[in-house]
Amino acid sequence: MFLFRSLAVLFSALASLTIAVAALAADLQSLVTNLTAGSFGDRETAIGALASSGDARAAPILEALGAGQLYVRTSDKLVVIGKPSGNQLTLTEAVSGAAAGAATESELERVRVNNRLRGIIEAAVGSLTLMSPDARVRRGAADSLFKRPEPAALGPLDAAIAGEKDARVKQAFTEARAAVVLASDATAQQKIDAIGIVRDRGDREALSVLQGAANNAKEPEVKAAALAAAETVRQTLAAWEAAQNVWYGISLGSVLLLAAIGLAITFGTMGVINMAHGEMVMLGAYTTFVVQEIIRTSAPHLFDASLLIALPLAFLVAGGVGILIERGIIRFLYGRPLDTLLATWGLSLVLQQAVRSIFGSSNREVGAPSWMSGAFQVGQINVTYGRLWIVIFALIVFASLILLLRKTSLGLYMRAVTQNRPMASAVGIRTPRVDALTFGLGSGIAGLAGVALSQIDNVSPNLGQGYIIDSFMVVVFGGVGNLFGTLIGALTLGVVNKFLEPYAGAVLGKILVLVFIILFIQRRPRGLFALKGRSVE
Amino acid sequence: MRSTSALLYLSGVTVSFDGFKALNNLSLLVEPGEMRAIIGPNGAGKTTMMDVITGKTRPDEGEVVFDGKSDLTKLDEADIATLGIGRKFQKPTVFETHTVRDNLLLALSGIRSWYKLLLAAPTKAEKDRLDEILTIIRMTDQQHMLAARLSHGQKQWLEIGMLLAQDPKLLLVDEPVAGMTDVETETTAQVLREINRSHSVVVVEHDMSFVRALGVKVTVLHEGSMLAEGTLDQVSADPRVVEVYLGR
Amino acid sequence: MITRFLWQGMGPGLRLFTLLVLAVGILLPLANQLLPPTSPFHVPAWVLQLIGKYLCYALLALAVDLVWGFCGILSLGHGAFFALGGYCMGMYLMRQIGSRGVYGNPLLPDFMVFLNYKQLPWFWHGFDQFWFAAIMILLVPSVLAFALGWFAFRSRVTGVYLSIITQAMTFALMLAFFRNDMGLGGNNGMTDFKEILGFPVQADGTRAALCFASAVALALGLVISAAIVGSRFGKALTAVRDAESRMRFLGYRVEGFKLFVFVLSAAMSGVAGALYVPQVGIINPSEFAPGNSIEAVLWVAVGGRGTLIGPVIGAFLVNFGKTWLTGALPEFWLFALGALFIVVTLLLPKGIMGLWGQIRDRSQARKAQGSKSGAEKARVPA
Repeated sequence: MFLFRSLAVLFSALASLTIAVAALAADLQSLVTNLTAGSFGDRETAIGALASSGDARAAPILEALGAGQLYVRTSDKLVVIGKPSGNQLTLTEAVSGAAAGAATESELERVRVNNRLRGIIEAAVGSLTLMSPDARVRRGAADSLFKRPEPAALGPLDAAIAGEKDARVKQAFTEARAAVVLASDATAQQKIDAIGIVRDRGDREALSVLQGAANNAKEPEVKAAALAAAETVRQTLAAWEAAQNVWYGISLGSVLLLAAIGLAITFGTMGVINMAHGEMVMLGAYTTFVVQEIIRTSAPHLFDASLLIALPLAFLVAGGVGILIERGIIRFLYGRPLDTLLATWGLSLVLQQAVRSIFGSSNREVGAPSWMSGAFQVGQINVTYGRLWIVIFALIVFASLILLLRKTSLGLYMRAVTQNRPMASAVGIRTPRVDALTFGLGSGIAGLAGVALSQIDNVSPNLGQGYIIDSFMVVVFGGVGNLFGTLIGALTLGVVNKFLEPYAGAVLGKILVLVFIILFIQRRPRGLFALKGRSVE
Repeated sequence: MRSTSALLYLSGVTVSFDGFKALNNLSLLVEPGEMRAIIGPNGAGKTTMMDVITGKTRPDEGEVVFDGKSDLTKLDEADIATLGIGRKFQKPTVFETHTVRDNLLLALSGIRSWYKLLLAAPTKAEKDRLDEILTIIRMTDQQHMLAARLSHGQKQWLEIGMLLAQDPKLLLVDEPVAGMTDVETETTAQVLREINRSHSVVVVEHDMSFVRALGVKVTVLHEGSMLAEGTLDQVSADPRVVEVYLGR
Repeated sequence: MITRFLWQGMGPGLRLFTLLVLAVGILLPLANQLLPPTSPFHVPAWVLQLIGKYLCYALLALAVDLVWGFCGILSLGHGAFFALGGYCMGMYLMRQIGSRGVYGNPLLPDFMVFLNYKQLPWFWHGFDQFWFAAIMILLVPSVLAFALGWFAFRSRVTGVYLSIITQAMTFALMLAFFRNDMGLGGNNGMTDFKEILGFPVQADGTRAALCFASAVALALGLVISAAIVGSRFGKALTAVRDAESRMRFLGYRVEGFKLFVFVLSAAMSGVAGALYVPQVGIINPSEFAPGNSIEAVLWVAVGGRGTLIGPVIGAFLVNFGKTWLTGALPEFWLFALGALFIVVTLLLPKGIMGLWGQIRDRSQARKAQGSKSGAEKARVPA
């Protein structure tokens, strides 16, 4: 029903358009023949005439002309469109669209165009496709007209606006019309109105249209209006750019959060400094790799679910290794934090080399499932699905961890042991077991982080090394022992980093952030959200 | 800052940790040459008070004046120690990897700056003073032993020796008899009275029999404020003190 | 007074050890220079280079030990001081190349010509003079250490926090030196040195002299460290390590002690780096890698923290092992290194130098029939 109605509308629009231009235009055949004769100047006039005809059949002809596929057959002077197939060209009659056999290049004469003409053709095609039944094509036509406004398109545009029902397409038409008005000989007032419309569009193309209008304007008031509008657009653009940076920053921050959150458990609540934390992340990433390899060879249809399958496995692998580390090494070193640091560093070297020996030192390919590829636009912000999922995932992990700590008995035991070990032990909590589980939990979360990071980073034995310093910075910056501090710290550092990058470059930006944190820790050694009181000492 | 003849003057001192008031508008006066006992149940703010006086914790509000002229809230631990306030911790803290004699040498009042210490050799006067203190604490024979190898009781004595070496005007002593036998408690009370002849002393203690043995003015702390002050008999008779100690 | 100061900390064992270091530094170069290559006692130049390298590592280890073993500051950034000293020396050596570079520019080093520099960056001026470079070798690491220490020690940043800060510092420096805009050779660093003080860098005689100079620097480092550790300052320093707040309550301004040894130790590391660079013939940003600094800490842990001989022994043993293993079983090296970290911290907290005491304690404990566990005595300052 909807289709029928829109078709009806389209036909009536087409009909009115045809009637409107019928007086000016001769039939399509002669217009097309005009294309093939005379100088480039004559051809330009012919293109203009063809475009004003508003005939939908003209669009493919003009497209062929622009692509250098419009030919005149030497034998009968028939204008044809030739598509290469093998050594020959398959021909279709340009006007009727009927098949016209095949021919070699030597039997045909190509209708030549230059770059100037190509631009004009593009605009002309734009005005012709305004009538396409496909809303996306119509919008594309409006956009191309906006970028290359052709005064000749004003008529078709007006007609298209009148017939358009889709609000977004209509908006695009109106904007394109404004751009066309600016390029035409309209009155100053019309131009100023048009400037207002272009300004409200507010993107980079609008800025270049306005700048062009300001440069070409003959009337001073138009020039002033165009300049003012350009300035407004520039500010809008800056605001959108800032918003885009905030998004990139949140995205980076969520990566930092994922890497740091496990550390916030082991370092923040247990006081154990685990330099092999990055390697737990790496183990998570390699688990993902292995899961995908197995799926690829034995159950390819499960590929889209590979990350979901990898998540629990990565948690178990990294968590299990974490428990082994705690039972095998760390428990002998409680109360000796600097020795713990050295021993776990040694462990990180062993784990890296082990992975290198098993999987090789080169990067491993971890694919993205279909639901994580692609991107969409929010206003002028570009959001990729991959990044969006990582942000969501980081927040889910964070929220579940908070719930775990607050609502489960393990969380209760963990908090009891970290606050008062002898007392917890006295009331019957098996503290060694809680230690092992806490450490396993922190490591397991690092493994989850590894699954997410496998999507955006190279999966190599050195994966973890890149995150360990950053993670410690986040935890210390946010305030040791405070999970919300870790969240705020990660997002803050992510956003700050992304705002510094355009000015300082990626590397210098990172250096500046490091220096900033080094200075910050010296001002507030206990981080942003410090715990106060005697128990801290 | 008020001028006062008191050696230690605390007025309206408040310290809060995340909303919990460890000290609440606490005021206290200690005269030169006095020995004062501070008692109070757990969490009354005794240790926090010591932390404030020695500069470890900064009060949120209030005045802390030493010797009528020094504002202790603006100074750090090292400054305050140099002014003449010594502190003995509840748990004996001696330098375990140093010998008994070196422990005393480190505590000995005198050179504190790092560059002077680089070239300083102990003088005759310093050596004599060390020998003297070793005799007082009866550790001359153990003077070259590492402090780590001392027994708990010996460590207590060494720490008292270190306080003597430091020669402070005011001595803060935190629960000196915790975990001691009755005989040791009695000896410690004697030593403190001895020290009090030349130094002012503030003792924080739970042990009532020990406080009785000291026989000095007592201040009772409760929930970060002063509850009562007077002789032990006077405060023991105070119904509020009885309630705090025995519960409702 | 100065001689007394320098001699006061030297026990007989340390004196003997210092003489041994000097003897190595004199005899090996002599055996290379005076004996004909046919002689069984001739020392080839590559051995001199290797020993010279180890001597520099040993000096770095000594510097790390001075702050860690005696003051309790675990620096994970001493490699940065080492590299900065090395870069100062590298800049001097680059300027000595003169117009003999590939591009033949008399003023600009090759990498600057390649990167289209038109003139020498301001911080390169003066490095054509050896005396200036020598001052910078001491000054640059010291100033960095002073700046970091001044803030950190005053804000009472201690323990693992300080370790992480120092690690972040060397990591940030590594990123910075990788940038071409730094004007210090970027990724490739500096290499292709020709002359040092007018002598060709590659010649056997120069290698012999550099090996000797490294031995002298190490011996000097031992003497100075011993003097400091043996003074009343040293007693206070170890007391700060064991009970920092107690020292404050005794009236010591702890920051001054820490800052002095931290800066001194940075300067020693700078000298070690400066002697290292002409012997290996290259300096690049990977010297700043956090792993290098932690490896230096391991040498100290293996030899025995809190002793002066230990770090030297540790540096020689671990690096000998590294040279041998990376040649024989390169896959195995990181396993061995990692395992060494774990084994030393778990089983040998006092390192090789503490081994004897550990065995003695254990046998004593066995004699005492478990009346007291050895754990209390075996406690080490972490």
